Amino acid sequence: MGAQLRVYTQKIKSAQTTKKITKAMELIAASRIAKAQARVAASGPYSRAITRAVSAVATYSNVDHVLTTEPENVNRAAVIVLTSDRGLAGPFNSQVLREASELTELLRSQGKEVVHYLYGRKAVGYFQFRKFPIAGQWIANAEAPEFVTAQEISKTVLEAFEKDADEGGVDEIHVVYNRFVSMMTQTPEVLRLLPLEVVEGVEEPESTDVLPLYEFEPDAESVLDSLLPVYIESRIFNAMLQSAAAKHAATQKAMKSASDNADKLITDYTRLRNNARQAEITQQISEIVGGADALSAS
Amino acid sequence: MAGRSLQVSVVAADHEVWSGAAVQIIAKTVEGEIGILAGHEPMLAILAQGEVRVTTTGGEKVTAQADDGFLSVENDTVTVVAGNASLVK
Repeated sequence: MGAQLRVYTQKIKSAQTTKKITKAMELIAASRIAKAQARVAASGPYSRAITRAVSAVATYSNVDHVLTTEPENVNRAAVIVLTSDRGLAGPFNSQVLREASELTELLRSQGKEVVHYLYGRKAVGYFQFRKFPIAGQWIANAEAPEFVTAQEISKTVLEAFEKDADEGGVDEIHVVYNRFVSMMTQTPEVLRLLPLEVVEGVEEPESTDVLPLYEFEPDAESVLDSLLPVYIESRIFNAMLQSAAAKHAATQKAMKSASDNADKLITDYTRLRNNARQAEITQQISEIVGGADALSAS
Repeated sequence: MAGRSLQVSVVAADHEVWSGAAVQIIAKTVEGEIGILAGHEPMLAILAQGEVRVTTTGGEKVTAQADDGFLSVENDTVTVVAGNASLVK
């Protein structure tokens, strides 16, 4: 076998092996999307109920709460960045990190200091490599987020929020994450958690659907006190679940195109190998014919 | 009040624990135990750690453990929301 032929055969083999891996990853991701989506759906009733309750309290009581009032001047803002633990998901992590740095730039241009809280190994790696300061980090299985992690994150950021600005407290909290739009689209999103902007759940209440006049037990203020941290928890948890579902969808898409590319490579190299083999045979024939001619001439 | 029933759902952070029609629901709030029947006024209450007992329209009793949550009542719909909730067998 000629040298050229051997090189092509090796390349085909390598493309085939790669394709096996990417194909397997594609199938695994595809099977996990459904599960991740089911978890997003399962957390729906909880976040809907909380959102509804928070809007009820915020609308029907005249409580001035530290979590709902806009501070006069914002000195420091916290940004929570949610990424995945692993790569091989196309632009999934880079787009959310880009969104985060754009937000950081924007906040800095408004004269605010920005502190970052990171969830997911990719975000931590990105910040560590660039030697950016990290206020808090969590690496805890971003592909299948746990509620306790959301509780930890919200506890940490709320503690920072309740501190005074002089002591390193923050006045705003933002979350940057990938929202699962569809199997094909995942868009990076920025959400301001605090001061409160109540984001309605999936079901928009109809305009006729007026929130009832609630009685609060023990009173509106303590209800709001205990409700808001829960609300923040549930928003963070929802963002984590969305991000996990989006990650699996992005992986599936990236691995599908990798498999397709491997297929194309295999076809191209097979053609080249056939050419090389044919050229070798032609050369051998002409050598034999030439040799026979030379022999008969002598 | 005959014929009226409550729509109860007990939800935890990551899943719905139980939902269905009920005659009565008893929960423990920070102020003490409260029983809710159909036609109760809208209310939001903070739950204390403890059991939530539901009597279904079929007369069965369902008990759930709930902590770290709240209870909302409106239009005969009762939602028990807790970070951690589970049914007690």
